Amino acid sequence: MVRLKIDGRELETAQGNTILDAALEAGIDIPRLCAHPELTPSGGCRLCMVEVSGIQGMQTSCTLEARDGMEVVTVTEEIENHRKITLDGFISDHPLDCVTCDKAGACELQELAYRYDLKETSMHFELGRTLFQDDNPAFLRDHKYCILCGRCVRACSEVVGADALEYADRGFESHIATAFDRPMEESPCVFCGSCVEVCPTAALMTKSRLRKGREWELGKVRSVCTYCGVGCQMEYRTRQVLDAQGKSKTEIVSVNGFPEAPANGVFLCTKGRYGWDYIAKPDRLDMPLIRKDLAFELGITREAWELPGDSPLKVKDARDNFVPVSWDQALDVVADRLAKTVKENGPDSVGGLASARCSNEDNYTFQKLMRSEFGTNNVDHCARLCHASTVAGLAKAFGSGAMTNSIGEVRHADCIFITGSNTSEAHPVIGYEVTRALRKGASLIVVDPRRIPLARKATIHLQAKSGTDIWVFQGMMRVIRDEKLADEEFIKTRTEGFELFASGLEDVTVEEAARVAGVDAEDIRRAARIYAGGIRQEGVSKYGEGRGRSTILYSMGITQRSNGTELVLTLANLAMMCGMIGKESSGVNPLRGQGNVQGACDLGALPNVLPGYQAVTDDALRTTVEKKWGGATIPNKPGLTIVEMMRAAESGDIKAMFIMGENPMISDPNITHVEHSLRTLPFLVVADIFLTETAQLAHVVLPARAALEKVGTFTNTERRVQLSRQVVAAPGEAREDWRIVSEIGKRVAKILGHTDTRWDFRDSADVAEEISLVSPIYGGIVHERLPGDGLNWPCPDKNHPGTPILHVGQFKRGKGAFTPVTPKGPAEMPDEEYPFYLGTGRMLYHYHTGTMSRRTEVLHWKQPKAYVEIHEDDAAEMGIADGKPVVVESRRGSIRAAARVGTTVQRGMVFIPFHFREAAANLLTQDENLDPTAKIPELKVCAVKVTNPAAKKKVAVAS
Amino acid sequence: MAVETRTTLPDELCEFILEWKHRPGNLIMILHRVQQHYKYLPEPVVDEVARLADLSLAQIYGVATFYNFFNLTPPGKHRIAVCMGTACYLKGAPALTEELSTTLKVGVNEVTEDKQFSLLEVRCVGCCGLAPAVLVDEDLYGKLTPEKVQEMLDNYQEGA
Repeated sequence: MVRLKIDGRELETAQGNTILDAALEAGIDIPRLCAHPELTPSGGCRLCMVEVSGIQGMQTSCTLEARDGMEVVTVTEEIENHRKITLDGFISDHPLDCVTCDKAGACELQELAYRYDLKETSMHFELGRTLFQDDNPAFLRDHKYCILCGRCVRACSEVVGADALEYADRGFESHIATAFDRPMEESPCVFCGSCVEVCPTAALMTKSRLRKGREWELGKVRSVCTYCGVGCQMEYRTRQVLDAQGKSKTEIVSVNGFPEAPANGVFLCTKGRYGWDYIAKPDRLDMPLIRKDLAFELGITREAWELPGDSPLKVKDARDNFVPVSWDQALDVVADRLAKTVKENGPDSVGGLASARCSNEDNYTFQKLMRSEFGTNNVDHCARLCHASTVAGLAKAFGSGAMTNSIGEVRHADCIFITGSNTSEAHPVIGYEVTRALRKGASLIVVDPRRIPLARKATIHLQAKSGTDIWVFQGMMRVIRDEKLADEEFIKTRTEGFELFASGLEDVTVEEAARVAGVDAEDIRRAARIYAGGIRQEGVSKYGEGRGRSTILYSMGITQRSNGTELVLTLANLAMMCGMIGKESSGVNPLRGQGNVQGACDLGALPNVLPGYQAVTDDALRTTVEKKWGGATIPNKPGLTIVEMMRAAESGDIKAMFIMGENPMISDPNITHVEHSLRTLPFLVVADIFLTETAQLAHVVLPARAALEKVGTFTNTERRVQLSRQVVAAPGEAREDWRIVSEIGKRVAKILGHTDTRWDFRDSADVAEEISLVSPIYGGIVHERLPGDGLNWPCPDKNHPGTPILHVGQFKRGKGAFTPVTPKGPAEMPDEEYPFYLGTGRMLYHYHTGTMSRRTEVLHWKQPKAYVEIHEDDAAEMGIADGKPVVVESRRGSIRAAARVGTTVQRGMVFIPFHFREAAANLLTQDENLDPTAKIPELKVCAVKVTNPAAKKKVAVAS
Repeated sequence: MAVETRTTLPDELCEFILEWKHRPGNLIMILHRVQQHYKYLPEPVVDEVARLADLSLAQIYGVATFYNFFNLTPPGKHRIAVCMGTACYLKGAPALTEELSTTLKVGVNEVTEDKQFSLLEVRCVGCCGLAPAVLVDEDLYGKLTPEKVQEMLDNYQEGA
């Protein structure tokens, strides 16, 4: 700590803090316009001047580091005069039209002019900057309000890493510009609105907010973004409007970050900030629907009807296939059919898919329904398709399958090792943390077959051929062993099984690994040394411990593989070998994909575990839960996984399914097969917010509430359970999923004669109470404890503060377990007929099956259609031009989309984002060759052929 | 180092850019070299430079618009630089600018319609003994008067 005196007060502040930081901590409000707590100081606005003992002249307090014994004065007549003149200069070049300005009440210049009582300027200039740029649907740039503080420039480069903005020109012509003053869309802008967030004036304004009210008129509701596993907290700005019936209702006008938000602070990504308007789309489901054939059968309609054979991927509006019914009618049918199926065909003839987009309460009740009422463990959700191998692999190695560190720790790592994660697109706010760490001198190693945006900033990018990354990891470990870089002490005291594992490393030489992966052996060696030593760009660790802190971030490039579990185990081996786990900023961190995929797993929406990862095969644990559920009988054998359920539906073993908030018709591999399975089902019920491609095939569709329309908890990727609040009212009769499930539970219990299971939950807090009793890791997590930062599980009791870092001092399972792994390639390799590798994944502007993001104005504008990434050399050989159509075909299907020609993918590989129904990448992917342990399909690698439909004869050439 | 991607730039420029790619302070060096080659910084070339050198395009634009030296528009075939150093200024340089401007129908920092001449005002060219001085490309015209301007220009007209 540093001790100094400011305005006569003795203060203490942390080493490295500036005088401004120290003053603000003590509540001394030094005027400033360019300084921002999240950005590096620039000292440009000259308002934060102070006098410091022993230094001549005034100093900018935002750039001067606080030192022991300093005596600082923040207010003298001279300083105040200087500030007033400086401010006079600012307003001489800024319209004083505050009476109509949308920023009024939140404008920092207005605030300071008020504080210094500046009614008008004494300097008379013609306004220099008049540029007005309205070139995108997200925000406006009105340069006459710009004071050139440069916060936007710094946010864009230091935090977001997009580098879209810069100061251009000189003197009076100076302005903030994109390169060549091009429209935002033609710049590298990622439309995250971080520049808007930090702008002190009205120069950058969110468009949806304009003319909707001044700052003090707007409501503010803090909630949680559910677009990905980062779980950003955000503040919705709302206003009251009259609806068509003249009733007052709440409307969202914009979304902001806020400084106290634990994972993200003031920053958000484009989906969080601009992707909320889907909730008010006219095609939201607002009434329960029954498909016309079932309606006829039940006597609700009088016309016989048959579901047309058109693929839901091609149907624009299927609402006409259904008739609206009352909730009672719908729930009775659902309960009746499901109960009847169980009675006639046994418990395992029913299957259910829960959802990583629904709350913990929704998922908990869902799996409870499947297990306690139907008596089956056939419950799974799309974690099967993303991190099933993480849950299996990390549980085996460490005893717990989740991120070992918190998001904020990434910023302080010495070395970041990213593999199989396009972090800046799939988890943008974690990408910001990586960018910040790099700026502070951390090194970055990327192992990925694509040249993802972060690879361009990497110390080393090992662009291993698709599916060969495991050789790179083995090669690195071989180097670490041979060069004696391993952490012997850690291996000895904290782990077991090292000898057997290490002898297995003999099998692959570094040269062999490099040859298979198509990378430079020397790069593997460098990467190994940097990771093992936690070496920064400039060498030594800032922690001064001899060995620095390295952290692994990985995602579905690792897990969605036929050897996904082995890949996860390999990363665990690597981390344990170097002792890079169980401490701050150092661990193994799977980045979870969907908003609540962590929570859905935690709450037992998996076929093999009950809430809190209590194995269904463990008699003691299972019996305890059975008792808590009023004497239900839970089968002791794991149920079917997603892909297995689809097969069972096709074969007729499963006769009824309940799908809550999932859309396998786009998200699951081999969609043609999925469609056939779902059509074969005698009864399908889907609860969702839109009539999704999956819901189109349902017999009954139940309208659910979006996250913004209900209260619930969501668990983010760092195991932080956060409370999401209701922001707006739900449309029509839409209900919370937990309520829908409970209503079905009640009815089924009655039909089947189960009397003691509890379904009369008052609200979601009541459900959370029951969760805390059933799931030990959530034992202390109840709604009233969550209003602020939330709690990281494990949190066993109501006084426990939560656990941000796992495995400190000891692994969950005791000792960390090394597992020998033999490198293995992908199951389906390119051949003569299908010569290209296909990789699938996410892109920045869309989320999962596009149900939400493609219904928003900004995200849809930015990325309206599907594309296929292809290497420029391959494209040239086939005569494929950028933006022109290509056809991609696998053994399972074929799609057509526009080519995106470049160097992001390697030669011989194409990449297709899976969000787009009209060119659904999962028509191509395989549902065979599951990972034997985790049963995850290999969505990341399969073989395809690529053709140019414009070419006269087919050409398919790969290197 | 091999060029890892297709590019429209000539080999010599590519090599230069890749040589400087990872060195600190490379931006000004690279832009100098590019301007030397093209006489200015053509927009598509700057795009390509940013891509090859992994530099921020916005930052290049910022630097290129900040320094007077860099041009983002093509200069005329001949560069006329009127010295505005103290000696030349006192000996009548402003009148030379005015004469050139009228004769060529062009403002300072602009290019004539036939793209033959760019007119610039520069600081001291170091020939105070010959004030007022004008540089046309590499040729120095000392003790110039407005009357002799046309004669000077004739040396550079097409066909001359």
